[in-house]
Amino acid sequence: MGGAQYSVLCREDGGVLDDLFTYRTAPDRFLTVTNASNHDKDLAWFQAHAGDFDAEVHDAHDRYAMLAVQGPRAREIVQAMADAPLPNRFTTATRLLCGRSALVCGTGYTGEDGVEILSDPADAAPLWDELTRRGAVPAGLAARDTLRLEVCFHLYGNDLMEERGPIEAGLGWCCKEDTGFIGADAVRAVREAGPGEKLVPFTVTAAGIARQGNPVIGGGEVTSGTLSPCLGVGIGMAYVPAERAQPGTELEIDVRGKVRPAVVGTKPLYRKENDG
Amino acid sequence: MADASYPDDLLYHPEHDWVRLEGDTATFGITWFAQDALGEVVFFEPPEVGSTVSKDEPYAEVESVKAVSDVIAPMSGEIVEVNTALSDKPEAINEDPYGDGWLARVKLSDPSEKDDLLDAATYSKSLS
Repeated sequence: MGGAQYSVLCREDGGVLDDLFTYRTAPDRFLTVTNASNHDKDLAWFQAHAGDFDAEVHDAHDRYAMLAVQGPRAREIVQAMADAPLPNRFTTATRLLCGRSALVCGTGYTGEDGVEILSDPADAAPLWDELTRRGAVPAGLAARDTLRLEVCFHLYGNDLMEERGPIEAGLGWCCKEDTGFIGADAVRAVREAGPGEKLVPFTVTAAGIARQGNPVIGGGEVTSGTLSPCLGVGIGMAYVPAERAQPGTELEIDVRGKVRPAVVGTKPLYRKENDG
Repeated sequence: MADASYPDDLLYHPEHDWVRLEGDTATFGITWFAQDALGEVVFFEPPEVGSTVSKDEPYAEVESVKAVSDVIAPMSGEIVEVNTALSDKPEAINEDPYGDGWLARVKLSDPSEKDDLLDAATYSKSLS
C-alpha cells in the first residue's frame, strides 16, 4: 500500500495505448493517472476488460486536479504546508496541505525530486496560490518538455504510440511478461527476437534543433526534440534501426531540408550531478 | 527587452518584420512583438549572401525553445550582408531587436514596395 508504479497499457499486439502512473491507495484500490488525451480510450479499455476479473472500474477524472511541484525546493515548500512527513520517492500518502486533504505522491515528470499533488478540483486553485506564495514558480509546457527530455522520459503521442511497442521504446524494464498482462505474448516475442527499431536519445552536435517528425537519414524519425537549457545544445529522442542504436553512433537528421549531425547518447542525457 | 517599442523611423510588415531604409538598400529585422511571441531565441538560420528574397516570402528562420518560425521578407531584393554575430548571440534578437538583433541587409529590387509597408503607429495599432 502507498506504492507508485510507472507502467504501460498495451493492446493484444503489444502496441502502447498509454503510459500510466498507478498509485495503490488501499490494499484493494488503485488510482491510475492517464494522459488526459487518452483518458476516454483508456477508460473504455479498462471497462471492456474488467469483466474478466474480480474488479470494478470507476472514472475518477472529475474528482481530482493535479499539481506537480518539482525541483530542489519542492519538498521543502510542500512539507511546510503538510500535517505530516511527505511520502518518499515512488510512494504516496494522504496529507492535509493547509487543511485541505490531498493525495501527495513522490513522483514527477522532470527528473528532479518533488511531489505531485492530487486534490479535489475545488482545492486546486487555493493550493496553487499557497504554493506560489511560498516560492513555487509556474512553469509552462515548453519548460517542462526540456526537463523531461534531458532525462529521457517518454511523452505519449511523441515517443509512445499504439503503432510502437514497449520494447522498441526502451520500456522493457516495466513489462513483466510472466504476469500474463494483455499483450504479454507480443511483448515477449519482440523481446526475444529484438526490435527492428529502437528509441534512442540523441544530441545534435552542431547548431540547431531537431524536432518531432524530422527524418533520420538512413531510416527512422525524431519523435521529440528541443533545446536543452542545461547542455546548451539540441537534444531529443528518435526511433532508429536497431543496428544504429548504440551510444556513440553518428546520425544525420534532416531538419527542414538541412542535414544536422547528431550522436546517439545514453539515458539520461543530462544528470544534475554533472553540473559543476 | 522589457517594454514594447516600435521606433518611428522604421517601416513595418504585418508579419512582424521591420525595415530600415537606407537609399536602395534596407536592413531587416523582427519586431518587439515577434521576439516577445517567440520567447528566448536560441538559433538564427540566416539566408545566404547573394541569394534573392521576395516580398511576403520566407527568407530565414528564427528558433526558440518552443518553436521554429519562418521570417517573412518585407521587401524584395538580394541579400548583401547577414548578421553573423547572431550565430554566437541569437539572444540579441530578444535583447535589442532594432539594433544588435538585426537579421539581414538587402539591396532592394523594387524600392517602391515600401509603399505597402506600415508606419509605426499603424503597425502598433494592428497589434491591439
